[in-house]
Amino acid sequence: MFGEFLLRVEHLSVEFDGFKAVDDLTFYAAKNQICAIIGPNGAGKTTLLDLITGRTSPTSGEIRFKEADIGGLRENQIVRRGIGRKFQTPSVYEALTVFENLEMAYPDARTWLSAWSFRRSEAVVKKVEEVAELIYLKDKLHERAEKLSHGQKQWLEIGALLIQEPDLLLLDEPVAGMSVQDRELTAALLLELVKERAVVVVEHDMDFVRKIADRVTVLHQGKILMEGKMDAIQSDPRVVEVYLGH
Amino acid sequence: MERATPSPWSARFRSFTARLSSEKSTRENASFVLLAVLLLLVFPLGLDVFRLNLVGKYLTYAFVALGLVLCWGYGGILSLGQGVFFGLGGYCMAMFLKLEASDPKSTAIQSTPGIPDFMDWNQLKELPAFWVPFESLPFTLLAVLVVPGLLALVVGLAMFKRRVGGVYFAIITQAIASILSILIIGRQGYTGGVNGITDLKTLLGWDIRTDEAKVILYYVNAVLLLGAVLLGLSLIRSKLGRLLVALRDKEERVLFTGYDVASLKTFVFVLAAMLSAVGGAMFTLQVGFMSPSFVGIVPSIEMVICAAVGGRSSLFGAIYGSLLVNFGKTYFSESFPELWLFVIGFLFIAVVMVFPNGLAGLDLMKMRSFIESKLRRFQKPSVGLSIPKPAPSRPGVTAAPRSNG
Amino acid sequence: MDLSIWAMQAFNGLSTFCVLLLMALGLAIIFGQMGVINMAHGEFLTIGAYTTFLLSQAGSVLGDWFQTWYFPVAIVVSFVLAGAVGWLVERFMVRHLYRRPLDTLLATWGLSLVMQQAFRSGFGAREVSATLPDWLMGSLKPTATIDIPINGLFMMALTAALTGLVVFGLTSTRFGVWVRATVQNRAMASAAGINTRKVDELTFAIGCGLAGVAGAAFTTIGSTGPTSGSLYIVDTFLVVVFGGAERLIGTILSAFSIAQTQAATEFFMTGSMAKVLTLSTIIVILMLRPQGLFSIKVRR
Repeated sequence: MFGEFLLRVEHLSVEFDGFKAVDDLTFYAAKNQICAIIGPNGAGKTTLLDLITGRTSPTSGEIRFKEADIGGLRENQIVRRGIGRKFQTPSVYEALTVFENLEMAYPDARTWLSAWSFRRSEAVVKKVEEVAELIYLKDKLHERAEKLSHGQKQWLEIGALLIQEPDLLLLDEPVAGMSVQDRELTAALLLELVKERAVVVVEHDMDFVRKIADRVTVLHQGKILMEGKMDAIQSDPRVVEVYLGH
Repeated sequence: MERATPSPWSARFRSFTARLSSEKSTRENASFVLLAVLLLLVFPLGLDVFRLNLVGKYLTYAFVALGLVLCWGYGGILSLGQGVFFGLGGYCMAMFLKLEASDPKSTAIQSTPGIPDFMDWNQLKELPAFWVPFESLPFTLLAVLVVPGLLALVVGLAMFKRRVGGVYFAIITQAIASILSILIIGRQGYTGGVNGITDLKTLLGWDIRTDEAKVILYYVNAVLLLGAVLLGLSLIRSKLGRLLVALRDKEERVLFTGYDVASLKTFVFVLAAMLSAVGGAMFTLQVGFMSPSFVGIVPSIEMVICAAVGGRSSLFGAIYGSLLVNFGKTYFSESFPELWLFVIGFLFIAVVMVFPNGLAGLDLMKMRSFIESKLRRFQKPSVGLSIPKPAPSRPGVTAAPRSNG
Repeated sequence: MDLSIWAMQAFNGLSTFCVLLLMALGLAIIFGQMGVINMAHGEFLTIGAYTTFLLSQAGSVLGDWFQTWYFPVAIVVSFVLAGAVGWLVERFMVRHLYRRPLDTLLATWGLSLVMQQAFRSGFGAREVSATLPDWLMGSLKPTATIDIPINGLFMMALTAALTGLVVFGLTSTRFGVWVRATVQNRAMASAAGINTRKVDELTFAIGCGLAGVAGAAFTTIGSTGPTSGSLYIVDTFLVVVFGGAERLIGTILSAFSIAQTQAATEFFMTGSMAKVLTLSTIIVILMLRPQGLFSIKVRR
């Protein structure tokens, strides 16, 4: 529908005070594919997500989503085009219940006036329950988010993205701090989600990446060091060098 | 919540209070009725006209405090320039009244009759253009809301679109308050200078200085204030209220959920400005003058303390806080003028460091956790698992005034 | 317009520059480096000013030699006294509010009101003036029409010296490195063996001490009242914010540009209108460029 790729990032660079955090980077994401980005700390992984979601503006280069240039758009406009992003540390509204958290993300009543007059409709309730089922939180709908475990908060944040039915999911360290079982569940969740969209995952956990990723991109000092299948990556001497160091 | 096994005292207590607070809106309704009785019956019947007028004056600050609760307590946006909007509302009203008081007949002794006296003293020969529309009451009433609203809109959009918030926003609003008060004082011929606009007499021929007029104006003010409270209640009970708290606590998340955070913040800032302006206009009507001493940095920050003392996220607290702070101010300035700055200074410190939720924080919720912790001391945690979960009926976010910075 | 008017005008601008910069130095450290907002900063200045005033009166007891040379003593005592009060304030108030900037603002505002009233109770509401030593009086007359007061020159020298010291302290001493390390990454600094709590305490105290010195310097050009310091607080914050809070050089440049604008506009209109114009210009610029005029692009 949009050529081969949903997201095209071409020759993207950003500079902070003379330091190139992302350097002439070209990257693609396609529907039905989980693409993992790995790399040592400071490689530019999170910065890349910041650039795609409009949190940081690039010094040069192009970002196209569904063929449209999204380079100059604001964060909320980019979200509305269909890009959902989960942050590194789980970011949910602690004082609200799971239900209210999901309801808040429901893509309706976004202006002050419609939010003021918003009434909970059948459609909203149904959608919320559907998503809660998917993220294993159906029986916690009326718990306050602050009572959830770390892993459950991660799921809740993913759920808040799903309710908007994004075409591209960007997940920053989705399994950080999760138990082994929760990791399994998350892997299953992502494999389910990717059936309808493109997923980009930034992650350190190699086993997790191996389990889910169709394609792995290794970043190093803002550039792509290598791209390919997990097996090829893990045996590549350059990658070993970057990770094991100096 | 009846259980076969006897539940521990702490759990019983908790389920009791949880049930109480689950009927939060009922409680809010009761608070509202209480407030209405107080404002519409107790004060007018219990106080002489002089005191009633004084209370009416305090209540005009409550409009500002209400606005601050929405904008600061809920939205997390601290404005130190609310006096600007209070003042603009008040000045708009005062300009209309002044023009009415300056008809050519009663100003016949001036070198230019028919213009306000201070203009004449400053050798102005005709009414400045921006004063002319204020000869019309409908225009004036519109201007009371629109002028402060527009200023807040411009400032809000400019700042929030560029993601300026927190301390920077506070300082810039403070600077705006400083600028406006210097401007008013400096341009004496156009604004009445440091004395302000005084000697206001009639509203469409109706003398606002009589006792009867004062009582009527008090009622107008009280009804408007109750209306403002209802408006605020409907806002904080809606999704918009939850959204404001969400963006206070996790602005990034709200932004990345696709909301236009800047517009939402601007909206609540404009709303707060307009509420303040209504307060200002009612101040002018009840007190009979308006001066730059209600515009600058110091009055603006005193309005913040009203909201903070009442409890920064309690609409009702805002009103009681305004009454209490301003009553204290009058009392101390009459009896111990040198103590007032100490009192208000320590109030600031205490409200931040000891009672971040103000008067409203002293209620059941606080005492509940205190008593609970005492009870828990007697009950060993072996029974902890049988505590019934009140979760589904727990209050939403509105019940959790937080002390964020 | 002849040259001498320009020269005097430039000198006025420089005097305002010195006042703003002296005030802003301490704030640039506390707000710019630590990110803590101290609305009572002006009152620390007043502490220095009253200290200097008291010492200038002590000459009548201690003799003429003291009357001549009290000023250097006053600078040191002002620094120590204001710094000590600052240390207490950090310890008992500001420390508990580091994660709540808006609450810090309100609490320190309350503190400033308390301090103002304390000054008023202690020294009376009337303004007092320090007796200047002879060597600070009089003026230089390079030409018949130019008249440069010596106390003004002294202020400039003091400002230059103090600014130099602060820049040197932040960039070249071990303590300066600690401060910057703590600001950039508290956890990391602490892991590297820096006592970050101590650094906070000292940074705050030094910032307040600098305000005290500024207060001492002010007595050479004006009188002191209980609210003297608070008059400048908003202007000073604007100077720091306008300069882009992180960099000292930004503060210096912004103090300079604001002072010159103020002095230049005062030539064409009344003082209050000049101030309105200058402040409004700053606000409008800040709305367009909120990161400040002289800051660089940084990672958020």
